Amino acid sequence: MAGINSLVERSKIIIVAGPGGVGKTTLAAALGLTAVDLTGKKVLVITVDPAKRLADSLGLVGLTSKGSQVSPLDLDEAMGHKVSGKLYVAMLDAKSSWDELVNRHAPDVATRQKILSNPIYRNISSRFVQSHDYIAMETLYELYRSSQYDLIVVDTPPSRHAIDFLDAPSKMADFFSSKLLKWLTLPARNRLLMGMFKPFYQVADKILGAQFLSDVAEFFLLFESMYAGFVERAKSVAGILENSSTSFVVVSSPEPVPMTEAEFFVSALDARHLHLGQMVVNRVLPEYFRDPAAILLAHQVQDDYERLAKEFLKKGASLDLIKESEVPPVRLEALAERVLLEVADSFLNFSGVATEEAEEISRLPIDEELITLIPHLNFDVSDLKSLGKVAGHLAVGD
Amino acid sequence: MPSSGSNSIGLLDRSLVFITGKGGVGKSSVTAALGLLAAKAGKRTLICEVDAKGDVARLLDCEPSGFEPSEIRENLFLMAMNTEEALREYLRIYLRLPVVAMLGPLAKTFDFVANAAPGVQEILVVGKLCYEVKASKYDLILVDATSTGHIVSQLASPRGISELVRLGMVKDQVAWMEDILYDSLQTSVIVVATPAETPINEALELAERIDLETEVHLGALVVNKVMPELFSRSEEEFFTALQDPRVAKVLNRVVSSDIGLLLKGSSAALEMRRCAAPYVERLMGSSETVPVALLPLMFGEGSGMKLVRDLGEALAAEWDELLWQG
Repeated sequence: MAGINSLVERSKIIIVAGPGGVGKTTLAAALGLTAVDLTGKKVLVITVDPAKRLADSLGLVGLTSKGSQVSPLDLDEAMGHKVSGKLYVAMLDAKSSWDELVNRHAPDVATRQKILSNPIYRNISSRFVQSHDYIAMETLYELYRSSQYDLIVVDTPPSRHAIDFLDAPSKMADFFSSKLLKWLTLPARNRLLMGMFKPFYQVADKILGAQFLSDVAEFFLLFESMYAGFVERAKSVAGILENSSTSFVVVSSPEPVPMTEAEFFVSALDARHLHLGQMVVNRVLPEYFRDPAAILLAHQVQDDYERLAKEFLKKGASLDLIKESEVPPVRLEALAERVLLEVADSFLNFSGVATEEAEEISRLPIDEELITLIPHLNFDVSDLKSLGKVAGHLAVGD
Repeated sequence: MPSSGSNSIGLLDRSLVFITGKGGVGKSSVTAALGLLAAKAGKRTLICEVDAKGDVARLLDCEPSGFEPSEIRENLFLMAMNTEEALREYLRIYLRLPVVAMLGPLAKTFDFVANAAPGVQEILVVGKLCYEVKASKYDLILVDATSTGHIVSQLASPRGISELVRLGMVKDQVAWMEDILYDSLQTSVIVVATPAETPINEALELAERIDLETEVHLGALVVNKVMPELFSRSEEEFFTALQDPRVAKVLNRVVSSDIGLLLKGSSAALEMRRCAAPYVERLMGSSETVPVALLPLMFGEGSGMKLVRDLGEALAAEWDELLWQG
C-alpha cells in the first residue's frame, strides 16, 4: 500500500502546504476524512479561514483553536458506512492565539496587560502575516504535545510563498534574539548610552516620531521578560517539523505558475531534510482528453463537419427525437453542423490544456508513487458527503 | 452598464489603479493586459509588481525589472516594489542624506521597520506609489497588488499609521498620500476573481472591506477564466438528443465510435460551466454601482504575450466606455 493510505497510517502530523488558490483547505479536510476512515484514528484538522460552505459542512461555526468533533453519525452517512475513527476540526484564530501565548509566557499580570495593550504588539498579532505562520506552528506544537490526537492535519495559512511557513519558527527566534532589538531598547534602559547612538535616533525620531520609537522600545523591553522561553519554544516548534512522523503534503493545481511554486517548495523540503509525504495535483482534466484516437477524430470532424452533419441527418431521418424538435430541415442541418463543430472545437481546446497539464505533471522531479492526481470535480464541496467524494479520490489515488 | 458619478472618468484615465484578488485568479495577466492597452493608447504607463514574483515580466516576455523602472516597450514601464529601496529613496529625497553614510544604520533601521512595524512597510509601498503619482512622470500607474488578505491594510495604511506614529515626518506626509489615495478621480481598485466559491467570496468580502475600512474607490470587478458558452439553447437541445442510445448508434456509424469521447468532453465542459454559473451571477448581482467584466477562459495560449493580448481585447470589448472617457 503506497501513497495516501500508508501516509495517514504512519504519520502523526501532516502539513498541507502549497500555493494559494489550489484547494488546499478542501484537501486538508478531505485528508482528515480519509485518515479517519482508513485508520480509525482520532484525527484533528486545523484550518485557517476556510471557505464558508466548507466551514458549514464541517460544522465549523464560531470555532477557536480548540478542536470540536464532527458528528460521528454525519461521518457514517457521508462515507456510506460505519467510520471507526473520530474527526475533530479547529479553526485558527491568530489574534487570540497570540494573546494566549502572551498569557502563558508573561511573568506577571502587569507585564501581560502592558504587552496586550502595546500598539506594536496589537499590530504584530493581528496583521503581521509572518506571525500567522508562526502562530499556526505554535498551535500545532501545543496540540501535538498534548497527545490528544493520533494525527493532526494542518492546513497552512495563505502566505506570499508557501515556503514562508517552514521558516516561520526560525525567523521568529531570530527576530526575538536579534542584537538590534537590544540596541533599540538601549535608550530606554540607559539614557547615558543614548549619546553614542544619537545620529541614529535623530534620523529615526525625525521620520517616525519619538512616541513610536518609545512604543517599539517598550514592546521589546516587555517581550524580553518572555524572550528566553520564546526562543526556546520557537526551536522546539521547528524541531517537530523534522520528526520522521511529520509529513508534508504539497498541493498544487496543474497550471504552470502554481506548479513552479509547488516544485520549489518540494525542493526546499528536501534541502531542509523534511519529509514529502505526497504531492497532490488537484483539478486535473480527465485522461480521455488526451486520447489520440479522439484527438484525431476531433480534427477530422473539424475538417468534414458539413458532410458528417448531412450524412447523420440522412441516416437518422427515421429517428423520432430529431423530427420532434420541429425544426425545418434546412435549419436542422445548420444546427447539426454547428453542434458537431462546437463539440470538436471544444474537445481540442480541452485536449490542449490536458496535454499541457500532463507535461507539467510529468516534469515533476518526484517518484510517481508520491504523486496523487485529483480530477476536476463537477460539484462544490458543500457538505460532508461531497467532501467524502474528494476523500475517496485521495484514497484510491494510487 | 451602470455609470455612477465617480465612474464618469475612465478607469485608465486615472493615475493609480490597484489590481488585486485571491492568489491564482490571474491578477498579473489582467494587470499586464490593461498595461498593454493603456500604452497602446498612448498613455505613459508604469506597471508596479508589489509581490515581485516576476509574473508580469514573464507574461510580457521581458526581463524582470528592479526597483528602478525599465521601459519594456513603447510607453510601458515595469518596476518591482522593494521596501528597502523605497526607504532608501525616501531618506535620500526627504532628508537629503548621503546614501553611503546611511548604509549601516539604514540596513538596521530597515530590519526593524520591516519586522517590528508592518504598518510602516505597507506605508512605504503606498508612499512610493503616491510619490510616483505626485512626480507625474507617468500618466498611469497600474499596481499588480498583493492578494486580498493584505491589500486592505495596504490601502488603509495611511490611516493606520496615524494611529501608530503620532508625530514625525511620516505623519505629516500621510496627509498628501491620503489626498491621492482617497480621491476617486485619481485612484481606483479592480478586484479580480475566478468563478469558484473562495475567490468570489473573497472578492465580495474585499469589496465590502474596501468600502468600509478605506476611502479608496472600487472601480470594477473582474471575473476571469469564465468558461465560454458552448451551445445556444437549440444547439444544447440537439446535443442532448445525441445522448439517446438510438441516436448515438447512428452517430457512431456515421462518424466513428470515438465520437462518444468527444461528446463526453462537451458534457464535462457544460457541467463545468453550470457549476461556475451561480458564482458569476452572484458577483454580477452584488452591486448596482460597481461594473463587472467577464473574461473568457483562454484555451491553449499558455501564459505569454498572446494570452495578454487576447485578454486585453476581451477587456476592451467588454469595457470600452469604462476604460476611457475620451
